[in-house]
Amino acid sequence: MKMSVAALLTGALLLLPSSASAAGEKASVIAGMVVIPSGVHERLYGDAKSSKVQIQAFALDRQPVSRGEYAAFARNGILTGGSSLLPITGVSWFAATAYCQAKGKRLPTSDEWEYTARASETKADATRDHGFKERLLGMYAGRSAKARKPVDTGFRNFYGVRGMHELVWEWTSDFKAPAARHSRENHNAANHKHDMSCASAAIGVQNPSNYPAFMRYAVRASLSHRSTMSTLGFRCAADIT
Amino acid sequence: MTRFISQITFRRLLPAMLVLGLFAVVTAAFGRDTGRVTEFGSALQLRTASDKIVGEEIAVLTDAPNVPPSIKRTHSTKVIVNLEMTEKAMRLADGVEYTMWTFGGSVPGKFIRVRQGDLVELRLTNHSSSTMPHNIDLHAVTGPGGGAEASLTMPGGESVFTFTALNPGLFVYHCATSPVPMHIANGMYGLILVEPKDGLQPVDKEFYVMQSEFYTKGKFGEPGLQTLDMEKGIDERPTYVVFNGSVGALTGDKSLKTDVGDHIRLFVGNAGPNLTSSFHAIGEIFDNVYTEGGTVAQHNVQTTLIPAGGSTIVEFAAENAGNLILVDHSIFRAFNKGTLGMIAVNGAANKKVFAAVKGMNVGDN
Repeated sequence: MKMSVAALLTGALLLLPSSASAAGEKASVIAGMVVIPSGVHERLYGDAKSSKVQIQAFALDRQPVSRGEYAAFARNGILTGGSSLLPITGVSWFAATAYCQAKGKRLPTSDEWEYTARASETKADATRDHGFKERLLGMYAGRSAKARKPVDTGFRNFYGVRGMHELVWEWTSDFKAPAARHSRENHNAANHKHDMSCASAAIGVQNPSNYPAFMRYAVRASLSHRSTMSTLGFRCAADIT
Repeated sequence: MTRFISQITFRRLLPAMLVLGLFAVVTAAFGRDTGRVTEFGSALQLRTASDKIVGEEIAVLTDAPNVPPSIKRTHSTKVIVNLEMTEKAMRLADGVEYTMWTFGGSVPGKFIRVRQGDLVELRLTNHSSSTMPHNIDLHAVTGPGGGAEASLTMPGGESVFTFTALNPGLFVYHCATSPVPMHIANGMYGLILVEPKDGLQPVDKEFYVMQSEFYTKGKFGEPGLQTLDMEKGIDERPTYVVFNGSVGALTGDKSLKTDVGDHIRLFVGNAGPNLTSSFHAIGEIFDNVYTEGGTVAQHNVQTTLIPAGGSTIVEFAAENAGNLILVDHSIFRAFNKGTLGMIAVNGAANKKVFAAVKGMNVGDN
């Protein structure tokens, strides 16, 4: 399944984007995704060298999974209150993973998610754009289960991906991993859980004013696989190589 | 020649004089106060949690400016502290709201009062409507992150940890979830008092006052729902500096009410996140100041420093009727940013203490 999507996506890349919709039902899945080109991502944690990781090109859902989409997958999922266009929330990592697998996809890694989310409308990497960070803080502050907006809202970033910041927190496949890796490399075992607490969270950080990223990392660090939150949803990714 | 000899003698004697001098200094420093330092001693000690824990109780928690009742117990017990963390828009000033992150639904957070030697069980819940995980670092805790490591709690979740209150004093607690400055700037702090085993001297009135800063996108007084301005925070340029979470939380109808003759104790914290407070009461002199919330009292103090993430306990007797004004004497903060509080002292004026004799404000009284 995964392979077939990858093959189709690769094929779709060779075609004009507008012709993808003619390729049948599978193509609509692909059409709902955006290809994120390969590049170097600078993680929140690590020294100047170790914080840089190579990201392979991959595909990412253009928008978060909606309640309607999730209900169709879950079959017994009955929507009560609220539009089917709102992002699905209150799902565990297991449920999110199962949804993506059923579509022949997977959850994005934290690196892939962060790599894409650093883009503003005009820049692939707006990590050091102060105004952009302030805007994100405003978006995070305005979030609540009540103020939920449909999945097709939210600004469209450099890659054409929508709603990474305005709508909900999003699951990643390895939601605990970056912090854990950081502690193994830079701290002894006793400090293992120090990453997300106290001022020590700023140790080994290249860009300590990246508050939006700290918030996202802290949210992920607080989760277990079974956790659910009224402000936590997901979108899927797929390999294209 | 005589001069030369005397110089030699002086040089020979110099080491001995130095030793004697040093001895005198050391004696003065460590010997002088042994009778004055009271209940818990000044010596460095390895504290142990060896008290017998008898019984169990739920801590009485209060919102500022109220303080839980003093502890009458003479034994150690298990104290259960239930704290719920919430996020909700609340008043910062007239017409100005801010989405406060709280310990217990208000800013500053609930006042916790325990006794030295108590085993405290902290039960921390994060309301399901919260958007962020939170935790708690109590400066009264001897342990990893002051409890922070054990208490990262997602919305809808709960964390529990226990600690023995080893050191007496007045301690700040705060959220320590990354990014820490943001969680403190949004209102997540409070005070925990660990009473010494012998207790505190009874007074007539006790109050809880906590200073803190807010960094908003809009200017001071700009109406509407304001959000955190990260750059102002990093630059340490607060828009608001307030007592008890908002402009006017301790003035007008909300002034602290006392009577002439009252002995008054203020538990004062400074959450920061950036500024040191020059805490002062206009029209009063602090009889006792337990500097930095510690054990030894300084006397007859006009203005006392409270570090960010620190506290002080001040005590005074209200000798005269009238209004005492609490300020941070870094006075632009009081005048332009909100750091004003009021203690209304009711009763008869004592003209021996103060009398206006001549001037435009002297009436017929």
